[in-house]
Amino acid sequence: MTEPTNAPVIVVEDLSKVYQLGDVELRALDHVNLKVERGEFLCIMGASGSGKSTLMNILGCLDRPTTGRYVLDGREVSRLGRSALADVRNRTLGFVFQSFNLLARTSALENVELPLVYAGISRRERVMRATAALEQVGLGDRLHHHPSQLSGGQQQRVAIARAIVNQPSIMLADEPTGNLDSKTSDSVMALFQELGRAGLTIVYVTHDPDVALCAARVVTVRDGQIVSDVAQVARKAGLPPPPAKAA
Amino acid sequence: MNIAQTVPLAVRALLRNKTRSFLTMLGVIIGVASVISMVAVGEGAKAKVEGVFASMGTNLLIVLSGSTSARGVMGGFGSMPTLTWDDLTAIKKEARAVRYAAPVLSSRVTILSDDANWMTAVTGTTPEYFEIRAWKVARGSSFESSDVDSGAETVVLGQTVVDRLFGGSVDPLGRTVRISGVPFIVIGVLQTKGQSPMGSDYDDTAMMPVSTFQSKIQGGLGKYIPGIIAVSAVSAADTGRAQQEINALLRDHHHLNADTEDDFNVRNLTEMAAAQQQGTKALTGLLAAIAAVSLFVGGIGIMNIMLVSVTERTREIGLRMAVGAKPWQVLAQFLVESIALSMTGGLIGVALGSLAARAVATRLGWTYSPRIDMALISFGFSAVVGVAFGFYPARRASRLDPIEALRAE
Repeated sequence: MTEPTNAPVIVVEDLSKVYQLGDVELRALDHVNLKVERGEFLCIMGASGSGKSTLMNILGCLDRPTTGRYVLDGREVSRLGRSALADVRNRTLGFVFQSFNLLARTSALENVELPLVYAGISRRERVMRATAALEQVGLGDRLHHHPSQLSGGQQQRVAIARAIVNQPSIMLADEPTGNLDSKTSDSVMALFQELGRAGLTIVYVTHDPDVALCAARVVTVRDGQIVSDVAQVARKAGLPPPPAKAA
Repeated sequence: MNIAQTVPLAVRALLRNKTRSFLTMLGVIIGVASVISMVAVGEGAKAKVEGVFASMGTNLLIVLSGSTSARGVMGGFGSMPTLTWDDLTAIKKEARAVRYAAPVLSSRVTILSDDANWMTAVTGTTPEYFEIRAWKVARGSSFESSDVDSGAETVVLGQTVVDRLFGGSVDPLGRTVRISGVPFIVIGVLQTKGQSPMGSDYDDTAMMPVSTFQSKIQGGLGKYIPGIIAVSAVSAADTGRAQQEINALLRDHHHLNADTEDDFNVRNLTEMAAAQQQGTKALTGLLAAIAAVSLFVGGIGIMNIMLVSVTERTREIGLRMAVGAKPWQVLAQFLVESIALSMTGGLIGVALGSLAARAVATRLGWTYSPRIDMALISFGFSAVVGVAFGFYPARRASRLDPIEALRAE
């Protein structure tokens, strides 16, 4: 865990994922290589069926590659068991999903506390940190609201608070604005950028080219391979430059 | 995070769905409540039967004389006197398993006090009879052997007769009542015994020395006893032996051949009581078995709901896994949920069952004795139900693929 901070946070080498569907072999990822530096805002684009979701799942330690290496935060994780992967997800990763995935009939605070519960953190500290995370996403006054009492944008903010509460090395976002209207979408996007500027490594999956414009680097996946990897200069005013080292 | 920390998770999950949690528990509640109440009802019935037989007398046997047979019409036991006073003496002296034996002569006659009259069963007997029936005198005294020898005109009254003749306010001791025109002095009042197994009133009776009974109320046929002999065996275990001994003794005394039927009949009431108790015991077992089935069905109800819950909460499970829940933690959470459901249900069931048993006991006038062991057993069983029927759904939850689970609708 004491890797030099300038080492890439994600190193993917020659990674393949093959699904066996009866007699047919489906190669969802085909010898993919990818490095993500600490503090980068990376956007993964691709049509559905391109393999971007598979890549996302493997990067998120929800799935294991068939072959190849995945080094996350200096640790080889491609061969870990289910429990060890759960630990990695808990300590190193934060997820934001398109459909929020908040626990219903559970307060925002308790939702955000969830990763800390599985990290075995005391109740006192959980409440403290969850409150801080909710304040960071601008929901300091909605701690005890249930998801049904929150707007879509607010729900996604709760989910973002949940993703950052355990201070992960990487935040993985899977179409986080896909269920939001454009205005709300913009404000959530702004939150991501703010977090990126604060030094959080963000891997953001989308098929929306407009959203991708906000990212400093866009990786395009097609047929299980990375077909382009573009570091882009911010084209719109107000967008962040390719993040330099924060701190 | 350890097992203990999954408890609040599980409890919170259950509280999130109160109605369903309650309905799920209902099966176990009903199951446990029926086990508790059924066993209590069975036990109450058993205690009642035991009490009834205990009130009949201790280790009791009765000897009846034979039957008349007039032109082929059998008169039934006791219709023809065959028992003699010598038989009684022989039973007392020779049957080793017999502790007491007493003649019981009985007749329905009217007793008159100064201002009331009451028809009751008057019994002529000897002092041993009070021992045989385990019947004590509450006030005053019973008659003695000397009273039997002298033919004393004394009587001991049952409480019902006292109430009828004297009302509640007058002390009957020392007062005179007239029976068949003869004045008797009331020397004692019997303890109340309540109802007989057949529902008649034990306390509606009067007792006097057998000699007085024969000379003043109803004469006899000289050497024959115009009634029955009540016998008390040495112990409950000896009633069978006493029965055999009396049988052999009487056959010998009556000079019966091997191919002649008995001209008397010995009834072992203790055995009848045991058979009755056997019956109530079987009933208790049956009730408990039915109740256990309903508890089992309650367990299946829990499994059913837990399976539905796992399916319904697939996304929740996926999310928990995504944020770091290990498979065993998911398993533990669902297992704890089902155990919490079944144990809470068990607790409520124990409470409801005890209340129901108490209500039934009160209604039927039985004594209610709470069975702590049954409460513990059925509560423990409900916990086992939670584990047994919760494990499969919990394991299913823990084996979900987080990716699939997150994608579930």
